[in-house]
Formats: sequence, C-alpha cells, structure tokens
Amino acid sequence: MTLDEYFAIGSTQDLGSHTFTADEIVAFAEKFDPQPFHLSEEDAKGSVFGALCASGWHTASMWMRHNLLHSHSAEWSGDGPKPEYGPSPGFENLVWKKPAYAGETIRFTRTATGHRALTSRPGWRVLNAQGEAFNSAGEKIMSLDTAVLVKVS
Amino acid sequence: MTDKRWAFEDFVEGATIPLGEKRVEAAEIIAFASQFDMQPMHLDEEAGKSSILGGLSASGWHSASMLMRLICDGFLLDSTSQGAPGIDYLKWKKPVLAGDTVRGEVEVLGKRRSASRPQLGLVTFKNKLFNQHNERVMEYQNTGMFLLREPGAAA
Repeated sequence: MTLDEYFAIGSTQDLGSHTFTADEIVAFAEKFDPQPFHLSEEDAKGSVFGALCASGWHTASMWMRHNLLHSHSAEWSGDGPKPEYGPSPGFENLVWKKPAYAGETIRFTRTATGHRALTSRPGWRVLNAQGEAFNSAGEKIMSLDTAVLVKVS
Repeated sequence: MTDKRWAFEDFVEGATIPLGEKRVEAAEIIAFASQFDMQPMHLDEEAGKSSILGGLSASGWHSASMLMRLICDGFLLDSTSQGAPGIDYLKWKKPVLAGDTVRGEVEVLGKRRSASRPQLGLVTFKNKLFNQHNERVMEYQNTGMFLLREPGAAA
C-alpha cells in the first residue's frame, strides 16, 4: 500500500452532517463572537445576514469535529510504521460563502489532495486536504485548504 | 452617518490596533476540545506533555475563536462591519498552553473603496496572537467590509 492509497488522495469523504440550533449558535457567539447577527433572531433581522446565523468560526470548528469523528483511513498495510497524525501548521483560503443559519442542516466533506516531505522535520510529511460544507439545498457555504503533519517513519 | 467609533475612514494603513488579553484556563481548553477537537493533547495534561506540543494545549480553532473575541471587544463591535468573507491564510506557530495569557494585535495592511458599492470599503488585516513571553503563537490575514462614515465625501 502506498501513502496515496492510505490517505485516499483525490477521493471525497462524507463526514456527516449537523443541524445548527439557535441555542448553540448563541452559546458559541456569547463566548467568542458576540456580533448581533449571531446573538438574537431579532437583531439579525436588520443585519447583512437577515437571520440568526452561526459564527464562521463555529462552522469551521464544527467541520473539525466531523473531520475527527467521521474521517476514516484504510488499514495500514504499507512498509514501515503506521502513519501517525500530528498537529496542523495552519490553513489557507478559508471562504465563508454563506453563513449556517439557525435550524439548517450542514453536511461536511473532506478531500485529501496531496502530501510532501517536511524538510525541517525528517520523517514527517505535510498532508493537504480540502474541507467543504454544504447546506440542504446543496449550496457550498464554506471551503478551506487544510494541512496536517503526519509522522511516516 | 454612524455613531460607531470605527468606520472605513478610521482604519489607517500601517497602523496597529492593540487588543486586550485573556488567560487561558485548562477547563476551557478541555471544554472547547470536547466539543470540536477531541484529540488527546487538547483533553488531557499527561497526553499533552507527551505530545509534540509539550502540554495541555488549546485547539487551534479555540485559539482562533479567542482572537475573534479579542477583535470583537477591541473594535469590531463598535464598528460599521458588514462581515468578512474569509481568511487568506492562518498559521498556528506555537502551542497555546493551559495557564498562558494571550493578547491580540491587529495590523492594518491596506484598504480600498468597493468598486461596485460606493457606501462600502474593504480593509485587509493581519491579526496576531501573542503569549506572555511575547512569542507570536498565531496569525491570520483577512479582509473585512466596513461602511463609510461619509459615503458622499471625495475618496
């Protein structure tokens, strides 16, 4: 088995979905993003978004939850030790096309796109993946290009 | 006209807006991670110590959310903000550990009037999070949309 096969490079995984309730949208926003359109239906009505919606960081964090719970790897059967996931150095091109509105069910996906050696850390590689989120109408509401370090030897 | 402190005109290219600080408690690291990023180094002190991060460390998404709060309290809630469509890049440079005190800073990289909406302007920021040792633990770049104070005035 190659690393490409193990990481399922090029194939899109369904990470499941989540229904954003008004209560959890408000609870997250009170802690981290207390802008009016994330705090109350009433204040959101006159805002740019028109209705109560989740903080973009809430939507992105929910993608991470689903990425951890539902992304599955094949059994490792290559040479050497099983690849081990480490921390992430960051991400690029996070786009919030639309917010996740209260009551909406959002589906998350992940597509591994490639990996390369990390020159500063021998034995580690950087795995890149694209994360996406869709509403029930099938519209893409968020996408991001993520990276994670993986120890391969 | 607006009664907000920060409209498009108030952001000065090259200026730095200092933000507040926040002590990061172990309990909040674990609470956030239990919900969104349930990896051992974000849930357990021992697992954190034996990880590459060196201690119980906040999820990177938690750090980003904490900086968002500092930005809200620092100027965004008292601004004409019309939202931000995304993040160009974000770098997690160092772990944020339980007991750290983080503080934020926003550098105004550039600004321009919207070509299609005369009442709107776009401001590009570099948002930075530092720890108590003054080490930069995270940074990200994004562009926010702000209404003008006086859309009719000459650009």
